[in-house]
Amino acid sequence: MGWTQPSLIETSLEATDSTQVIEALGTLLFDQGYVRDTFVQAVLDREKVFATGLPTPEIQVAIPHADVEHVLRSAIAIGVLVHPVEFGEMGNPEGTVPVRIVFMLAVKQSDSLVSLLQNLVGIFQNPAILHEILETPEREVIAVLFNEKLPDYQEA
Amino acid sequence: MVKKRVLVACGTSIATATVAASAVADMAKSAGIDVEVAQCKAAEIHGKIQTFSPHVIIAMTPVPSDLGVPVFNGVPFLSGIGLDQLKSDLVEALKKD
Repeated sequence: MGWTQPSLIETSLEATDSTQVIEALGTLLFDQGYVRDTFVQAVLDREKVFATGLPTPEIQVAIPHADVEHVLRSAIAIGVLVHPVEFGEMGNPEGTVPVRIVFMLAVKQSDSLVSLLQNLVGIFQNPAILHEILETPEREVIAVLFNEKLPDYQEA
Repeated sequence: MVKKRVLVACGTSIATATVAASAVADMAKSAGIDVEVAQCKAAEIHGKIQTFSPHVIIAMTPVPSDLGVPVFNGVPFLSGIGLDQLKSDLVEALKKD
C-alpha cells in the first residue's frame, strides 16, 4: 500500500500558524480512521517540545507526528500551504522555519518510521520533487508522485 | 587510533537518531575512522553519558550545553543544509586523540 492518497492531501491549505495546519491535517487522518482522537493533541504537545520544521534546500518542510499509540493505521497526510507558516526548527529552540509543505506522519510501528524517515530525507534533500509537489494542483497526481518515491509498507 | 564513541540523541521516537546514526557510521567509514555509534532519547542523555562515555554527541533535539562532551547539531543529516560543514567538523573532532 502507498503511504498517502488523494483524500489525505490538501493542495491549497490556508493557515496562519502551525497549530491550524496540524489540526487540519490531523482532522483528515482522524475522519478517515487512521488515528485516535488523542492524535492531534499529542502532535501539538510533541511539537512544542520537539519541533519538526526542517530547513531543507529551497522549499522548507515540517514532519509533525506523535507516538505510535495514537495511530490506528499508518498513513501520511500532506498539506501544501498557500502562504509559508512558521514551524519551530528541529534541534534549535530559538529558530523557526517558514514551511511550505507539511507531511504529517501517522506511523503505527516505530521500526517502519525509521525506514520511512530515511526515504523522506531523500525527498527533502531533492528540491525538484518538492517543487513538483508544490506546483501540482491535482491531489491524485501528488499522491502518485509521492508514493512512487517511498517503498510500500506492510502492516502487521 | 582508539575506537571513537558517538552518541546520537533524539526526541522520543528514536527514528531521527537512527537515520543520523547510520549516516554517521557511513561517514566515519569513508573517512577511515573506527566508530561505535549508540542512540538514546534526550531525556536519557545523562545516564547514557555515564555508561557509554561518548567522545562526541550528535543532538537531533536541544540538549543541555554543560554535558562535558562536544555536542553537534545533527539536523543537517535530515535537512541536507550544512551537511558538508557538519561532516568536516565531525571528522575533525573524531580524529582528535
